[in-house]
Amino acid sequence: MRLRFRMPSLKVTVGLVLLIVFTFVAFFGDALAPFDPSKRSKDILQAPSGKHWFGTTHLGQDIFSQILVGTRSVMFVGFSAGILATLIAVVIGVASGYLSGLPGESLSTISNVFIVIPALPLIIIVTNVVPNSGDTAIAVVIGCTGWAWGARLLRAQTLSLRQRDFVQASRANGESTWRIVVFEILPNLTAIIASSFIGTVMFAVLTEIALAYVGVSGISEWNWGEVLFWAQGQQALAIGAWWWFVPAGLCIALLGTALSLVNFGIDEIVNPRLRSSGRAVVKAADGRKVRMQIGFTPVLSQDSNVNKGSAAR
Amino acid sequence: MSQPVLEIKGLSVEYGLGDKAVRAVSEVDLTLRRGEVLGLAGESGSGKSTLVYGATRLLAPPGVVAGGSVIYHPEAGEPFDVLRLTHAELRAFRWDQLSIVFQGAMNSLNPVATIADQLTDVIKEHRPKGTKTERMVRAAELLSLVGIARDRLSSYPHQLSGGMRQRVMIAMALALEPRVVIMDEPTTALDVVMQRQIMRQLVKLKQRLGFSVIFITHDLSLLAEFSDRIAIMYGGRIVEEAPSSAIYADSLHPYSHGLLHSFPALHGPRRGLAGIPGSPPDLRNMPAGCAFAPRCPKAFDPCETDLPPLTRPADAAGTGDRTVACWLHPAA
Repeated sequence: MRLRFRMPSLKVTVGLVLLIVFTFVAFFGDALAPFDPSKRSKDILQAPSGKHWFGTTHLGQDIFSQILVGTRSVMFVGFSAGILATLIAVVIGVASGYLSGLPGESLSTISNVFIVIPALPLIIIVTNVVPNSGDTAIAVVIGCTGWAWGARLLRAQTLSLRQRDFVQASRANGESTWRIVVFEILPNLTAIIASSFIGTVMFAVLTEIALAYVGVSGISEWNWGEVLFWAQGQQALAIGAWWWFVPAGLCIALLGTALSLVNFGIDEIVNPRLRSSGRAVVKAADGRKVRMQIGFTPVLSQDSNVNKGSAAR
Repeated sequence: MSQPVLEIKGLSVEYGLGDKAVRAVSEVDLTLRRGEVLGLAGESGSGKSTLVYGATRLLAPPGVVAGGSVIYHPEAGEPFDVLRLTHAELRAFRWDQLSIVFQGAMNSLNPVATIADQLTDVIKEHRPKGTKTERMVRAAELLSLVGIARDRLSSYPHQLSGGMRQRVMIAMALALEPRVVIMDEPTTALDVVMQRQIMRQLVKLKQRLGFSVIFITHDLSLLAEFSDRIAIMYGGRIVEEAPSSAIYADSLHPYSHGLLHSFPALHGPRRGLAGIPGSPPDLRNMPAGCAFAPRCPKAFDPCETDLPPLTRPADAAGTGDRTVACWLHPAA
């Protein structure tokens, strides 16, 4: 597959810009934050102002700083859990799809078991058992529990791919299983791997925030769920302190949007058929606008050429 | 001369829009008469499939019809322009009046539906009043029409051989007794024995049911045997059109000559095989004159600058109804 550089579509550009901003904040959130996110002050429960952009908490902590500092934990857990889960999904999914007999069946059974395990309760239990569970531990736990759907998808696609002629041909050539999997099958799975990665990152982010929100993960490090946890605990909604939970919620939504928009871009690169080829709506001869469509080819003009043709004759 | 069924007039087909448009078929005139087999030949990329798909409006985006008209003459009633039909009219027109047998029968049949399901589906859509039994009877009839045992009705496509699948496709195209059947290289994937068998059957069916056929192929020897008239396409235009015997015996256009002499004849004296040098023209960058001039062994002065019109040649007036677009054979 040859990838040529092309200007990404507007959707993808927006997604990439959002993602870059979040990554930047994840790296430099500490330095950018105007206040120490945990430091109390006398400005208690203040609405957004020039000094406190997102207002303050019941202890006078600056919410803007909390969001900035909390981004790192969210992004770290999201992406490392996503990478881990995708790696496990690729290994187990492709192996269970390509290998026949007992190895394939048993790997498939394992992923089926992991699908039915309710992830969140399991994660709560594990994080309680693991002492001192920081971000890394949470990422590992989410990664080890969130791979099953991706593996399932990859298994299905691999099953279909291994019957294709080009795979059969390389098997007949005597190529090793490794070579067939890595060079013949994996390139055809790029789209699924990429989209399952994006999906897992989103799942990991939401899970981590949920964990922090229910108060399971330690309160040593800030993240967006932590902010929501405090907002909920202090009845922010009831006392009308909207600035306490709205920024964190918006950030979650924006990150999710960015990831899905980038996913469109991946689809377009990997699957050339999804690329829109310029204009899809044309003006037909009868003046109506028609969508270009197979089976109903638009007729642009009916007479001009006929006249020319008959004049030549 | 029998009456026309389908008249393609000045049809131009383009891929892409505006500046990026590539003209794959330009101002083609072609008439299909009642009960005849019209062969459409040319090398890959000469526009033969595009012409037919453009005329039936089956092109996938970014294909558009850039001009012309396609007049269909129904059995009863006024002739109408296929290019002016609304979507609903087009759906009703297709298969009922005009049907197509596509290139790959292997890929056109749904692998998870039985032959009976796929044969009755179209009848159900176009004749909603019929009963299920009637449809099954008709499907069995269609299969026996193309020489397949009727117990094959409950088979799935993978249980049939390539030739049988192709014949199922032909049966399907004939389901509603259309008056025009377009065949787009229907026998390309088959071996020569099967090709001949299917062609024989087709000609027999045509005589019995009285439809007209447009047959697209690059296999001129097949055309010479089974078609009444042959139109040769090159670079999106028809360069020669003549009764098949005339073209076979005495092709006027150097391109037709090249095509005919690129395969050996089974009978008759031995002759040297001559291919056509060069490669098909780039549609984005067509020569100003005759598209074939750069490859033509007989090219002379006007060929490079002036486009030869498709006219009745003066020097072959006695050989029947034929036209050619070549400066070697100017109009009468």
